Amino acid sequence: MAKKEIDRRFNKFGTVSFMGVSKTNDFIDYLEQGKVMGTRCKACGKAFFPPRSDCFHSLTSEMEWFEVTGTGTLLTFSTLRYAPVGFEGDLPYTIAVVDYGDYKVFGRIDKAIASPDEELKVGMSMKVVAGKTANGQDIYFFQKA
Amino acid sequence: MSKVGIIGVGQSTFVRSYPGSIRELAFEAYSDAMRDAQITNDLVDATVICSSPEYDKQRSPAGVVAEYLGLNPQPTFYVETLCSSSSTGLKLAYSLVKSGLHSCVMVLGFQIMSQLTSAESQERMGRGADIQWESPFGTMMPAYYALHAQAHMAKYGTTSEDLALIRIKSGTYGQLNERAVFRKEVTPEMFADKDGFGGPVSSPLRVGDCCANADGSSCIIVASEEKAKALCKKPVWILGIGSASAPVNMAGRDQFSGLLVGIEAGKQAYKMAGITSKHIDVAEVHDCFTIAEMMAIENLGFAEPGGGPELVRAKETYKEGKIPVNVDGGLLSKGHPIGATGCSQVRTIVLQLRGEAGAIQVKDPTIGLVHNIGGVGLYGNVTILGRE
Ligand SMILES: [Zn+2]
Repeated sequence: MAKKEIDRRFNKFGTVSFMGVSKTNDFIDYLEQGKVMGTRCKACGKAFFPPRSDCFHSLTSEMEWFEVTGTGTLLTFSTLRYAPVGFEGDLPYTIAVVDYGDYKVFGRIDKAIASPDEELKVGMSMKVVAGKTANGQDIYFFQKA
Repeated sequence: MSKVGIIGVGQSTFVRSYPGSIRELAFEAYSDAMRDAQITNDLVDATVICSSPEYDKQRSPAGVVAEYLGLNPQPTFYVETLCSSSSTGLKLAYSLVKSGLHSCVMVLGFQIMSQLTSAESQERMGRGADIQWESPFGTMMPAYYALHAQAHMAKYGTTSEDLALIRIKSGTYGQLNERAVFRKEVTPEMFADKDGFGGPVSSPLRVGDCCANADGSSCIIVASEEKAKALCKKPVWILGIGSASAPVNMAGRDQFSGLLVGIEAGKQAYKMAGITSKHIDVAEVHDCFTIAEMMAIENLGFAEPGGGPELVRAKETYKEGKIPVNVDGGLLSKGHPIGATGCSQVRTIVLQLRGEAGAIQVKDPTIGLVHNIGGVGLYGNVTILGRE
């Protein structure tokens, strides 16, 4: 009898992924198609980012995917000069939180922004794009809108 | 309503690298607290053991510690809420006594962190965040608090120099604390040294803005009002306890210039104690980073939102100031052995209220406050203690 393959797609997320199995693993396929997706509850319409497979409000698992499009506001950011184990090769890198109104997105700033601490200001417009990490993993990052 | 009192406090010296096991480390705080309480261990009818388990090889340390301390067959409970584990343990102990299930409960927090490198430790701590959606970006504790510092600076014009003032204060008192890991003076010049305190960690936070990992243990013994009065000359009473939680992912937060758990837990504790921030004579707040103390000062109402820097510049958080904060050196100088931090803060306030704080004694305090945060504002406990 053939063994059922375990879906570990989430292992492909980020420089180092700490888990592979989640009901939101389709996020990875969308990311590979260039789309950053959240989920929305079909019952109450609540938008979730990061995506969830369940709505605690409606007690349902009937969710649909939506694409994070348009621009958001940069709420805060920080450039790391020191990294946890496994991320040393990425240094320096900048993490940020961007507010899209109905939801917020946590992620990294595009390395194309050479001096983030000088170029970025809280409150500026940003957009999120799908991409690859230096080690070829799937990721998304923020660019100036 | 019957009260719950603290009848004994103890703490190990916080050190860079403890030359012993977790049981042996636990014994240091326990023996200190038992000598302080002057009771025998048959009076302790339950124990609460607190730590953050990812640093230990030992699984389920509560049983191991209870056995080593001679506290079988009394029940023991293990409590974990990251850096706030032992103040959460105190809340459990309070509940056990208040409910009448037990009359004398020992709370012990410990942590040995030195067996890991700093980078390994940051990776472990980073996993106290959202491991699916945040950790793959390479997050770590200083970076999360740096996001808050950036937001505080953008909103209120707070500067790196303001944050350095908090570290300078902690150095003043760390020197006086024989049980602190960092016992040196901190000067503004040290922040000018790019290879030292001024070195970048995660913008805008610098090396000097961060507390050091340490190994240590702490212990608090609580008792029912009846027992506390019978056993202890100077019991310190638990007047209010507030606790809260917040979304783990930064994307779930509504603001970055403060910690919602600190605000919420503070409100609950003030309400339970029937007081306001103006009644607090001395406070221990969770200063794992300088910005954490700045936010705590505001979140607890010692200053308006954005008013923290002014209070700090005016030295009102020094021993002689309007609201003395972390006059034992805080986590920044005393060190931050995660599981031990909360009960160490409680110990400081108890000694202050008893008038036994020695060189760091604040003038005649009657009400003190302990603010202890777990993770990046994931958990928060605020405990108010009083002489009456
Ligand atoms: Zn719903």
